[in-house]
Amino acid sequence: MNFQTLSQLAVLCEERNLGIGALMLEEQSAESGRTQEQEFAKMSQYYGVMKEAVHRGMNENTTSRSGLTGLDAQRVGAYNAATEPCLGGAAGEAMAYALAVSEVNASMGRIIATPTAGSCGIIPGVFLSCQERFGWDDDFMVYGLFAAGAIGYVIANNSFVSGAEGGCQAEVGSAIGMAAGALTEMRGGTPAQAMHAVGLALKNTLGLICDPVGGLVEIPCIVRNGFGAVTALAAADMALAGVRSVIPSDEVIKVMLEVGSAMPEMHRETAGGGLAQTPTGRKIMEDLRRE
Amino acid sequence: MRFKDVFSIIGPAMVGPSSSHTAGAARIGRAARQVLGEMPRLAEVIFFGSFAATYQGHGTDRAIAGGLLDFSTDDPRLPDSIELAGEAGMEISFRQGAGLFPHPNTVQLRLTGKESGSELTITGISIGGGNIEIVDIDGFGVKLSGMYPTILINHMDYLGVLASVTDVMRQGQFNIGHMSLDRKNRSGAALTVLELDESATQELLRDLEALPAVKTVKLVDLNEGTSEKEYELKQEDKGKDSTS
Repeated sequence: MNFQTLSQLAVLCEERNLGIGALMLEEQSAESGRTQEQEFAKMSQYYGVMKEAVHRGMNENTTSRSGLTGLDAQRVGAYNAATEPCLGGAAGEAMAYALAVSEVNASMGRIIATPTAGSCGIIPGVFLSCQERFGWDDDFMVYGLFAAGAIGYVIANNSFVSGAEGGCQAEVGSAIGMAAGALTEMRGGTPAQAMHAVGLALKNTLGLICDPVGGLVEIPCIVRNGFGAVTALAAADMALAGVRSVIPSDEVIKVMLEVGSAMPEMHRETAGGGLAQTPTGRKIMEDLRRE
Repeated sequence: MRFKDVFSIIGPAMVGPSSSHTAGAARIGRAARQVLGEMPRLAEVIFFGSFAATYQGHGTDRAIAGGLLDFSTDDPRLPDSIELAGEAGMEISFRQGAGLFPHPNTVQLRLTGKESGSELTITGISIGGGNIEIVDIDGFGVKLSGMYPTILINHMDYLGVLASVTDVMRQGQFNIGHMSLDRKNRSGAALTVLELDESATQELLRDLEALPAVKTVKLVDLNEGTSEKEYELKQEDKGKDSTS
């Protein structure tokens, strides 16, 4: 890849007069040695898996093996249909879809890691709800996924994307940044605006710990995906409105690295602290062990 | 760069619940299976760090077993892999390890081959999003991501071995993306790891094995998965549709 930072990515887009997604497709093809058509087809297939996961989560039984989670997406979907949600319909739908994919993941169903399985609901939640709302075609969405991938590539190589290394900020935080930046571009924002969306979004999740109850990707991971989808919409709106991330996104990514590196092991996917070690969290873990 | 392309960020397609603890573990298991070169009869799985703390909840044990059965990350049989391994005659055990480990998500596999009885000790780390690194093979320090088709050459540490290896690669028109060599001692056993841009042919593997001082040659290719094959087939079908 010919870029290592988000500012380099934005400059490259300007130089080549390409959007982030189109540029990433070119770069990916050059890196893999496969044609752009082949790489595009693979990403299209991935988008198909995301759609399938949303559909499954909204319609099928997603009760997890532990029995702790499942069907919350359908609860939110039914509520959204019955009344005017506080969020409004569009954000409510993004939230429901994000919960749906995360519940499919928790029940050992098939998903696309974006960038991880723990954060797999956010991008499908934002993308599918916006596709329906704005009438975008599938190819347009696939370019959006390449844009999200370009942003994630920079975050992953300059910081981290695993909860065990950097806490939940690295997973859910990264996914929100990726979704926000991609959506900003899809709504007509410039690459520079998209980068501001990433910075704005990442600042909101700095310090978020990874504290899964019983070590399972369920509590609080699933609801954090629901919240994440809504936050990504908010960050894109701020950036499109002209709000700037005064601390540049690349510097925010470095802060994520600093905070994650300083995070105690108990808060990095070990179930040794946080929600996992609350009296209720401990009781759930003991019950699971007994089974 | 730890993460090399767009599909290490968007992807893999996988069975949940955790990219590092399920998909990454499956890829480590599969890499180990391919380095061993056959189905293991015995598999001792030792977890460290976060893997040790949470492997049951994340299905890390099932993922490792599935990988050892050569399953890809999105194989629908993964949730039942421990039972399937038992049916296939693999004796698999899991425990928590003690001592130093290189990464919060570390696993060591001690395998015995079913046919040859050959033994292998391999250590892998799962660095996030389903991406992995194999860091140790039988005491040789390596750095194997599994992102690319990878050739492992066990050889003796003689003058000119690498030159003859790269010569075979050049003749076959195979480009090397990353290469490392580690040896036990001067003129002793050595392991060379080559990451290629495209998958190796049987002919290339045979030519490498025929070189003097080369003991064994193994190919690790984690991209040859059930999903990839399905994907290729679907592409072929599409081709047919458009021509008919």
